Amino acid sequence: MNAHTIIDSVLVLVILLNLGMLAVSRLASGVRLFALQSLLLAFLPLAGDVFKGEPLGLHGFVIAAGTIALKVILIPYILLRIIRTGEVHREVEPFIGFTASVFVGAILVIGSFAVAVRLPLPTEPVSKLIVPVALSTLLLGLLTLVSRLKAITQVLGFLVLENGIFILGLLLLKQTPLLVELGILLDLFVGVFIMAIVVYHIRREFDHMDTHLLDVLKES
Amino acid sequence: MNALRVVAAIPEAALVLALPPLLLGAIVKTKAWFGGRDGPPWLQPYYDLHKLMRKGVVYSQTTTWIFRAGPIVNLAAMLTAATLIPVLSSDAPLGFAGDLILVAYLFALARMLTVLAAMDTGSSFEGMGASREVTFGAMSEPALFLSFTVLAIATGSLQLSQMIGSQLYTAWATAGPAMLLVVGALMIVLLTETCRVPVDDPATHLELTMIHEVMVLDHSGPDFAYITYAAALKFTLLGSILLHAAIPHPGWPLWVDVPLRFLELAALAVLVGVIESTMARLRLNRVPLLLASASVLAALAAVLTLTRSLN
Repeated sequence: MNAHTIIDSVLVLVILLNLGMLAVSRLASGVRLFALQSLLLAFLPLAGDVFKGEPLGLHGFVIAAGTIALKVILIPYILLRIIRTGEVHREVEPFIGFTASVFVGAILVIGSFAVAVRLPLPTEPVSKLIVPVALSTLLLGLLTLVSRLKAITQVLGFLVLENGIFILGLLLLKQTPLLVELGILLDLFVGVFIMAIVVYHIRREFDHMDTHLLDVLKES
Repeated sequence: MNALRVVAAIPEAALVLALPPLLLGAIVKTKAWFGGRDGPPWLQPYYDLHKLMRKGVVYSQTTTWIFRAGPIVNLAAMLTAATLIPVLSSDAPLGFAGDLILVAYLFALARMLTVLAAMDTGSSFEGMGASREVTFGAMSEPALFLSFTVLAIATGSLQLSQMIGSQLYTAWATAGPAMLLVVGALMIVLLTETCRVPVDDPATHLELTMIHEVMVLDHSGPDFAYITYAAALKFTLLGSILLHAAIPHPGWPLWVDVPLRFLELAALAVLVGVIESTMARLRLNRVPLLLASASVLAALAAVLTLTRSLN
């Protein structure tokens, strides 16, 4: 097992966690899978340096620490709290069945692999899998976003989508200013924060978090 | 194949054929240990088989010859498959390009006859078990074939004993993640095909929940011994496909290979015992999801190996 194999394995594990999120029937397990996925991703900015034998850059280190603090600890904590205190139904309630969504997810992953080999890259990536994994994480996040009923699962889909962007950002890690990365993390945090408030209000208004009822809202 | 290999083939085959009940015993022992019990003696499966072989057979008047053919064809198919699958050493006694198809369909043939024999009794319970068995069998097949595809791409061979032989050692170095996925898929296939928890519980005797056991309720005496032994042999065979794929040996001499494989099989039996003791049986409508994920794992592995060979 050399360095590349380990990075590749981590990236493959990230896809598997995505598919797992499509398959689990409980909201809390979905959130935990997301936390695990973010934890794996947090180590990737460091991995490139470690395996090239370079000293750990401050840049990668800050990003890893920020990711862990925010996406592994804080956001899952907020989401789990909503699930616990919000007295929501803990089932996921998908539009598409679990087996079907896993299959659709697999097709999306295969599609992104097919697309990714045709994309030209400005710099040689740490791993050849980064682009396809980023694309499939984006698409699977999108799938979670559109195929689930509950507001929490939609937040989860949004977060997974952001994880995809994060993986894509690894390609340009050296070129991106730290400020941009931290800005993204802050945006994410604010986004989840607002969504938590929104979820709370949806629930207080309708007694549940089914976003479907928002379709029939009218101006009066 | 050198001379030593030919001489060693016969005792090796005898060892392979003697092994399966012991593995069953190891699983039962592990489960007993988890439950804080002593469990039956290590050799209990052999005693059971011996006892069954001495007994007479009872046939229902409604059954036809299919019911009698079921256990025999089942055993024959497993024994034939055993000649094509490397178990203790790294190459099987027989083999030709494309024999993986034969192996897969020998398993399917055994399943078909078991199902037909179950339907032949006319019992509604057995029909129910048969329907479940066929459903799950059909769903685990794509996973098995996709895993074989990945192994074939990785090693560039269509012969089972080469696909999971020493060439795989280099494939692990270059395509590790894909191989891990294949191992995961094969593990799920193993648990499904051999009717183990989380798909089926071999210890249960409640007709509504069991799959394999309910199909063989009406078999007695030597027929039942054949079925029990064939099931154990199937576990050994699929288990060694899994082990050879998971832990490829880079062409070590026979006296290193055989004891090591033996230990690995024992470890696999213990692992299955641990899985059975720590996991609950899945709800029946969640099983297709598990099998779908096995297929998805194998499909992802195929994509990974394919993109690697494209670059």
